[in-house]
Amino acid sequence: MKKKKTNNTSNYIIFGVFIGFLIVSRIINFELGIEMGENFWIFARDMILILPPAFIIIGLFEIWVDRETIENNFGESSGIKKHIYAILLAATTVGGTFVAFPVANSLYHKGADYSSIFTYITSASLVMIPMSIMEASILGLQFTLIRIGISLPLVVISSIILASLFQQYHYHLPSDV
Amino acid sequence: MEALYVIMAILLIVSFFFDRDKTIKSINRGKNKFMKILPGYLKLLVIISLVLLFSEDLIVEYLGNQNIILGSIMGLIIGSITMMPGFIAYPLAGVLLSRGVSFMVIAAFVTTLKMVGIVTYPVEKEYMGARATIYRNIASLIIAAIITISMGLFYGEVLF
Repeated sequence: MKKKKTNNTSNYIIFGVFIGFLIVSRIINFELGIEMGENFWIFARDMILILPPAFIIIGLFEIWVDRETIENNFGESSGIKKHIYAILLAATTVGGTFVAFPVANSLYHKGADYSSIFTYITSASLVMIPMSIMEASILGLQFTLIRIGISLPLVVISSIILASLFQQYHYHLPSDV
Repeated sequence: MEALYVIMAILLIVSFFFDRDKTIKSINRGKNKFMKILPGYLKLLVIISLVLLFSEDLIVEYLGNQNIILGSIMGLIIGSITMMPGFIAYPLAGVLLSRGVSFMVIAAFVTTLKMVGIVTYPVEKEYMGARATIYRNIASLIIAAIITISMGLFYGEVLF
């Protein structure tokens, strides 16, 4: 726990130094720093807008939804249905994997099994609806359909394999995050 | 993105209507979870800003003019390492396509870009644990490679 704290502090310090560097770069017109600032802003803007409401919704989910509901739909015994739900949830998750990681952890602690959360995380980066539309318009609908058509079954199969592997290890996801 | 705020607002109002205490508890739960992971996200932002700096040049240089197998392997590697938002990645893929780069190379790049996240490791590890993170990413890399080969076969770019 102590180690974690100092680790966090050092992350804040690194971040502070980085922001200082970006600001100084702007002032003295240091091109590399300015470009880095632009890259930074692309992701920072999304995170500032998406993460706070996403975490409020995760909080509501953890307090309100009973374990039973999740066990029935995403649990070990719910067969192929849990993969379909996981993919549907992934397709509508705003913010891609950044949001999918904490959601997956909450689902797990509510009784979802490994294979459904693996399917969820991996497909969150694969089938996000707005991204897929953009892809189809630039690379062609055929490209997108092949990519999704081949990847989804493989994702489900790999999730099932990984889940059985982790069951043998008696692996548990981190709690209290 | 606006939808997220609308959904949050509706859920909060409904929740508040049924149980005030639970609603406050939910907000605190969300806030605490967010504060715990915030340093991880900040670290991620620093790493991404650095990685994006050289990835565009790397992509144009290494995916632009090579033989298809080598290009695909480079695509898998570069896509795994870097991370880009879709509105940069897809136009870039479009440019590569117009320069005659094969679908196979582009598929290697765009699928690993999304599925394999080396830069997101610090955050994924916090939620999934190191082992699950590594295994999942390896599985994703294998799937991306299968998609790449399938694209090559489908578009008739490679024949076995």
